[in-house]
Amino acid sequence: MKNVLVLFAHPKFEHSKTNKALVDKIQNREGITFHDLYERYPDFNIDLPKEKELLNTHDVIIWHHPFYWYNCPPLMKQWIDVVLEFNWAYGPKGNALQDKKCLNVITTGGTREVYCSSGNNHYSVNEFLRPFEQTARLCGMEYLPPFTVMGTHNLSKEDLEIHVNQYDQLISALQEDKAFKITKDCDFLNDTPLLKKIKTNER
Amino acid sequence: MSGSILFNAIVLLAGAVICVPIAKRLGLSSVLGYLLAGILIGPYVLGFIGNEGEDIMHFAEFGVVMMLFLIGLEIEPKNFWQMRKTIVGMGGAQVILTMLLSYFILILLGLNWQVALTISMAIALSSTAIALQTLKEKGLMDTTYGVSSFSILLFQDIIVIVMLAVIPLLAKTDDIPPAATSVTTEAHRSLLDSLPIGLQALAVFSSVILVVILGRYVIVPMLRLVAKARVRELLTASSLFIVVSISFLMELVGLSPALGAFLAGVVLATSEFKHELESTLEPFKGLLLGLFFMAVGASINFVVLSTYPLTITGLLLGTILLKAIVLFIVGSIFNLKLDQKLLLTVGLAQVGEFAFVLLSFAFDLNILNTEQLDMMLVVTALSMTIAPILGIINERLILPKVGTKEAEKRPIDHIAKTHKVILVGFGHFGSTVGRFLRASGVEATILDHDSNRVDLLRKMGFEVYYGDATRIDLLESAGITEAKILICSIDNPDVAIPFAKTLIKKYPHLKLMFRAKNRYDAYELLELGIQNVYRESLDTSVKMAADVLANMGHRKYTVHRQSQKFIQYDEEMLRKLTEKPKDTKEYIFKVREEIKKQEEQLEEDLKRGIIDDSRQWNSEEMRLAAKKNGEA
Repeated sequence: MKNVLVLFAHPKFEHSKTNKALVDKIQNREGITFHDLYERYPDFNIDLPKEKELLNTHDVIIWHHPFYWYNCPPLMKQWIDVVLEFNWAYGPKGNALQDKKCLNVITTGGTREVYCSSGNNHYSVNEFLRPFEQTARLCGMEYLPPFTVMGTHNLSKEDLEIHVNQYDQLISALQEDKAFKITKDCDFLNDTPLLKKIKTNER
Repeated sequence: MSGSILFNAIVLLAGAVICVPIAKRLGLSSVLGYLLAGILIGPYVLGFIGNEGEDIMHFAEFGVVMMLFLIGLEIEPKNFWQMRKTIVGMGGAQVILTMLLSYFILILLGLNWQVALTISMAIALSSTAIALQTLKEKGLMDTTYGVSSFSILLFQDIIVIVMLAVIPLLAKTDDIPPAATSVTTEAHRSLLDSLPIGLQALAVFSSVILVVILGRYVIVPMLRLVAKARVRELLTASSLFIVVSISFLMELVGLSPALGAFLAGVVLATSEFKHELESTLEPFKGLLLGLFFMAVGASINFVVLSTYPLTITGLLLGTILLKAIVLFIVGSIFNLKLDQKLLLTVGLAQVGEFAFVLLSFAFDLNILNTEQLDMMLVVTALSMTIAPILGIINERLILPKVGTKEAEKRPIDHIAKTHKVILVGFGHFGSTVGRFLRASGVEATILDHDSNRVDLLRKMGFEVYYGDATRIDLLESAGITEAKILICSIDNPDVAIPFAKTLIKKYPHLKLMFRAKNRYDAYELLELGIQNVYRESLDTSVKMAADVLANMGHRKYTVHRQSQKFIQYDEEMLRKLTEKPKDTKEYIFKVREEIKKQEEQLEEDLKRGIIDDSRQWNSEEMRLAAKKNGEA
């Protein structure tokens, strides 16, 4: 079984409905480490050795955060800046993260429709996530498509429930290291047959 | 000339008002000023005060009681318990050695053993009033020398009870006159005299316990009740009531009132009224001690002095020398450093106020004759007068040459020279500042008055100047003229604020960064125009409150932001309230002023309401907007 590390960053978690539901579902699962960055480092003073040790002992790294201004909240960026050290995570001698899997789990206020060339946001989520993708690649990790919960401003209870179950299922799949050969063609992990099935089942 | 109470009061007050500022201006301690005032108005110079000087002295001894109560307030029971070895060890060694030496010398001088023993007991005691007042004035209570002095003095306070019990046994039993129970001997006359020794000991023991229990379970609830009544002078009344009634209880069982008051102080040190008690009793203590010193000055019998000038000079010098030698030996036994030893030696070499009591008591019991009593009283009073002078000589002429040097020659590197930072005080607060600076590659020049600490710091490679940092010459040699920043971590506002004034006047271009004990010191410093004021009670307490909130389940990052905002708001309000005009700057109104400021502050809090940052990361508004869009 693969060890999954969920790096969670939300500056105002207590006001978030969507993320609360997602986190509640997965945070106490066996075999995953849920790491609440804003709770652990309220002063942005990241414990580097501790973070490295966490990375060393996990096979799958999830960057779980709301999508603010087409990006992650600042503490997540701080984490990337501080933890992914030269000659440790990348560079000639940097191979600590080699062959681990990595992905973003994000929530956005806008729907998938506004994130396209004809929508208000002009670019797709995948395009906005390029820096994360390249970061993962530079560190020798396999970057998976993101799992997204979009349109949270208008999300029905039922739809949220589906997403929550999908997230749960996604974690299981990651732990069992399966189903990801077919992800190559999907923009979102939400669209893989494995997770799509949940949607139909629940309905 | 003398007579009416009002006239005496005028003379005493005028003496103090004239002499003490002069002494202070000359750089002498206030103790010396009072003593000189006493001599001046006493029967042998101007004659304003006659023989009532002695009565005044008995009355004013109460100042010593108050002083010990106030000292007790500053020592928490735990710390007191930790000091027990020093108290018994150093105190015991000092008293026993002094008594042994002086006893044999007096026997050799041909006195009979009873007289020799009585006088040697009197000589063994030092003056709590002078030594502690000097220590407090110079802020040296927390140095090795300060703690040693205090321990010895405390032991003497305890042992004096035994001495008062022993003296009657020295009297020839057949001729104890009825006068033995006169006014001067009230210290030993107690309810318990008729009881057998075992019961007496039990009574003494249980009264000590009683003080502890009263402190915890009667005095504190009583003070709470008084505080609720919101009448200021009632608090003053109850403070006085506490001290007076404990002294009375102690006298009743034949214990030293000073000791009882000290004990009560220790018990109350952990109560919420600590500072109230301190601020209400402080002026009384100061005034009574001043009165006491004046009475000592006035009681010096210049007739006896002029009759036996050589004998008295010999006795005086011999006594001081003997006490000094013993103190030096005790200091050596307990491994004090040379300069601390010298300070201790000079600081306690005088004969103390208890000697007046012991000697008069022995005289009443016919152990001493009039001549012996008069001579010893003069010696005692003179030694108390000379003590502060010796202290000055020691400090100015001897200490700079021995022990820890004021400064140490060492090459100054260039960065240190051009970006010089001076750090005054390396106690708990200053050391944290200095360590952090050093960890960031900035070496501050340190000034500190504890020679043990100075030596340690020098060993660790710091540039340290030793001595009283408020002395301009020391500041100059530490390079204040080239310095850019001066950090003051002195915790005593009575030292720090005058220091700030001097610095502002003398070195207007120096950037000053001052530690403030609390909000009120901060007001004063801000009023002086110092912009960088650091309240030791702000950041830590906000951090604590933040941790409380986090423990109650609040998100840590939110709490972190809230606390940053709160600190910022508090700083802003501090500056805002500083700009408001004050009623007066007099000390007496300080407490009232503080309450007023606190009221204003709480009002500002109410106006501001709960710190709110819900505008950030608020998706609720967006959600509503999205819904509206959908409906439209």
